[in-house]
Amino acid sequence: MPKYLLLKHYRGGPEPHRPVPPIDQWAPEDVEAHMAFQHHVSELLEENGEYVDAQALAPARTWVRYGGPDAAPVTTDGPHPEISDLVAGWWMIDVESEERAVELAAYVSSEPGPGGEPLYEWIDVREVMWERPATTDPA
Amino acid sequence: MTCEPTRRSNRVPPAPPEPALRGFGRDLIARVLAGLVRRGEDFDAAEDALQEALLEALRVWPEHPPRDPHAWLQTVATRRLVDARRSEAARRRREEATHAEPPAGGPTTAQEGDDTLFLLFCCCHPDLAPASQVALTLRAVGGLTTREIADAFYVPEATMAQRISRAKRALAGPPARRLDRPGDLAVVLRVLYLIYTAGHIGPGLPGRPPDLAGEAIRLARQLTLATEEPEARGLLALMLLNHARLPARLDSEGRVITLDRQDRGLWDTREIAEGVRVLQSALAARRPGRYQIEAAIAALHDDAASAEETDWPQILAWYDDLLALSDDPARQDPAAVLGRAVAVGHVLGAAAGLRETNRLREVLGDRHRWHAVRGHLHELDGDLPAAATAYADAARRATNVAERDHLVRQAARARAAEPFRLEP
Repeated sequence: MPKYLLLKHYRGGPEPHRPVPPIDQWAPEDVEAHMAFQHHVSELLEENGEYVDAQALAPARTWVRYGGPDAAPVTTDGPHPEISDLVAGWWMIDVESEERAVELAAYVSSEPGPGGEPLYEWIDVREVMWERPATTDPA
Repeated sequence: MTCEPTRRSNRVPPAPPEPALRGFGRDLIARVLAGLVRRGEDFDAAEDALQEALLEALRVWPEHPPRDPHAWLQTVATRRLVDARRSEAARRRREEATHAEPPAGGPTTAQEGDDTLFLLFCCCHPDLAPASQVALTLRAVGGLTTREIADAFYVPEATMAQRISRAKRALAGPPARRLDRPGDLAVVLRVLYLIYTAGHIGPGLPGRPPDLAGEAIRLARQLTLATEEPEARGLLALMLLNHARLPARLDSEGRVITLDRQDRGLWDTREIAEGVRVLQSALAARRPGRYQIEAAIAALHDDAASAEETDWPQILAWYDDLLALSDDPARQDPAAVLGRAVAVGHVLGAAAGLRETNRLREVLGDRHRWHAVRGHLHELDGDLPAAATAYADAARRATNVAERDHLVRQAARARAAEPFRLEP
């Protein structure tokens, strides 16, 4: 079965369908509902036998490259750090088909936002490539 | 910012014990291993020999139970080591195994204590990186399986196996120097505390294997039997006095509950009593150190029947003692200065506490805890908008999902400017 990453972003991606303020400015009950939904998604995936992994990433970012011989690594927070794409975390799922991955991503995106209304957050769906070649070679 | 996926780490099933270890007390195995290494045996070879002795025991003991399992294992493992050297390991196994019973009079408790201490010193050798010290200590002294240790630190089993075998290789051969300087014990204490905190900051849900905090307490208790050093007892007391509050630290949904809002009826009074007893015996030696002082602060929190009854002036006095241990506390021990700032806030007022945090801006200004403490002090001051901003700044810097979620809640609650409601 194919594996997919359902990536959530702190920023970046298409124009938000429903712009909202940062979560720490939501009403406390909306914060609770949103967080409960995240737990619920992990539980649901696990019950379905579709869960592989979930991780959250801290928002601080450092770009690093080799500095050359005898030089320290070169670091930067990147061009336009305020607007560049920034991944917040993911679920990795193991599902029957791409259709199922899209269906689950849409469900994730229906998470409650301010006022308990769906957030319509864009979810970045990426297929995970297999390590080994397919068992049968094409003719 | 929205909330990211939640790891389902509390659902990891317990790792089955390695077959050869099943049914044996982990203490027993660690004590035998400690005895072998203490006599100068190579660490890796000693562990292999002990594994063989355990397999032998599984086969022989059902029909010939030993009078003294410790002596039996030690004898058989020693023979395995000798056999391995002579390259005739397979010969005569059955005969000797059934006649491994030693003459009466095994090692005394004192010798065993020395052996445990020695093994701890080996595992916490200053030449090893902290991650290796922790892994090797849990493996060799704690008797945890490689799988269990890997699960505890969320790394693949192969990675942890490699870390352990590299550490063992680094220790192969005679020790580079004697391991009995006072500084060596400090390293052992730090390693045990690392193990404890790794268990404490984990999800902390019941049944999550393995219980690293409990393991660290068990090892610290063993250590206090082997050394009179008051800091060892100080560390044990500190662990017990903090561990006692663990049942109240998260609610049923896994949400963080801060000390001032915990249901104190859930605290483990037996652990608190033991912690206080151990701390008193340590303080009686009149050689205070940071673990004893931190334990004293924990004891004062544990002693308060409600948050309002907390003896903040006395806590502040202990923090003064803690800071006096460093020449430049803001740089050498910023966590202590930050803890003291909270105490200052409660004794001298929130504004004074906030002033204390200012001297840490350079060192801790990028850490979530600094912002979280300032949020708490602003709230104490009644300045909810400033508190909300500080909590949000803290949430953005958190590196732990439970704490991050907690800080987001604090920010939202402060911004909504409503008094906190206790959960129904």
